[in-house]
Amino acid sequence: MPTGDVLALSHNDSFEVVVLPHLDAAHNLARWLMRDAEAAEDVLQDAIVRALTYFPTFKGINPRGWLLQIVRNAAYGSMKVNRGMQMVPIAMSEEDYSGATADIPSGDDDPEASLIKARDHCYVRQLIAALPIELRETLVLRELEELSYKEIAEVTRTPIGTVMSRLWRARRLVTQMAAQKGWKG
Amino acid sequence: MIVPEPCEMVLLVQAEFDGELDAAQAATLQVHRAQCPVCQAAALELTQARELFRELPYRTTPDAVRERVLAGLDAARPKPALSPAMSLLSSRFHSWRHSTMGFGLGAACAAAVAFLVLSPAEQSLTEQVIAGHVRALQPGHLEDVPSTDQHTVKPWFDGRIDFAPPVKDLAPNGFPLQGGRLDYIGGRPVAALIYQRDKHIIDLFAWPAASGLKLAPEFTERNGYNVLHWVDNNTELWAVSDVAPDQLHKFVSDWERSP
Repeated sequence: MPTGDVLALSHNDSFEVVVLPHLDAAHNLARWLMRDAEAAEDVLQDAIVRALTYFPTFKGINPRGWLLQIVRNAAYGSMKVNRGMQMVPIAMSEEDYSGATADIPSGDDDPEASLIKARDHCYVRQLIAALPIELRETLVLRELEELSYKEIAEVTRTPIGTVMSRLWRARRLVTQMAAQKGWKG
Repeated sequence: MIVPEPCEMVLLVQAEFDGELDAAQAATLQVHRAQCPVCQAAALELTQARELFRELPYRTTPDAVRERVLAGLDAARPKPALSPAMSLLSSRFHSWRHSTMGFGLGAACAAAVAFLVLSPAEQSLTEQVIAGHVRALQPGHLEDVPSTDQHTVKPWFDGRIDFAPPVKDLAPNGFPLQGGRLDYIGGRPVAALIYQRDKHIIDLFAWPAASGLKLAPEFTERNGYNVLHWVDNNTELWAVSDVAPDQLHKFVSDWERSP
């Protein structure tokens, strides 16, 4: 399980080497928090510039957690500024959701199998996106970014006990929603 | 799968599932789970949930987004002449103000302050203040100057430390001053003021802040210790204790209100 990423910085460890490898994780978290491709890119841009600014004070422990914390701050800041926008109902970006409906058609034909698979993924993403933000971020950091409880607690500034109960609620909600729609694993 | 009745052990089942239990805890849980249908169902449900998530392909950043973000990063890079950290900071604030990110300068500053608190450097400060607190609780280590009189404690720091720590007695609020001592946090000597609440000790660490920015109290819990960190009057303040969080919040708000 990829956790920690603990490393000691030497003088020639540049921002590019230490921080930019975690751009995917940063972008992913931004997308899950913002639920909008454009807003997520703005947040990512903002976070990367902030990270560069604070890089001189970064002590070299867990750059991924450090960057994700900045992304989260940037995302929450942006939501505060654009509070009106956040009231818009969930809309997945085009890249996430290309017209497939939440009702998964049944069919076992090989040519359709991959399409069904793609729609399943899309559907699971919708379920995650529908979670309240504090459950969503906890679930995404654990299941998709595979952070440890301690790392999630640090990124979300939340006691570990709360992380555990949020994670539990998030998982139950998603499986229950999936079961309600008759989605089978 | 519907879990019929709640069982407080399900979070431990989940922790084991996530690889967060050590062998001894896992063994204890094993004994419980063998006779708890709720926890057995929970384990199954967790496996089903993970199947849903782990099948999702990991989304990498599209090249176009990556290029735009890196271009934005280059645009934000400091001019080579500005090397010291503080001028770097101020130039960054400046470029934020002119950026197209829709952040007001105030929001950027607030975010910057928030971030300063959240950085791993500061997390290790949290650990350091807790360590300082725990160390001081060893017999005979608590106070260098045991006194309930702020006018005895405050002058004691003269000549021992390069600033005058704010010393207040909160006995009327139920947090009597017990004394002070020198500690060493974040690579510098700091003042530690000792307060008591019932049987609990509250350490208040103080040292000069790096900037004039204020910071509202930020709460952290670590290993059973509660920590409140705030910045006021150009002073970094860290209250650490094992008192309940609401007591610590009260301590800080009483301290802030006290003249």
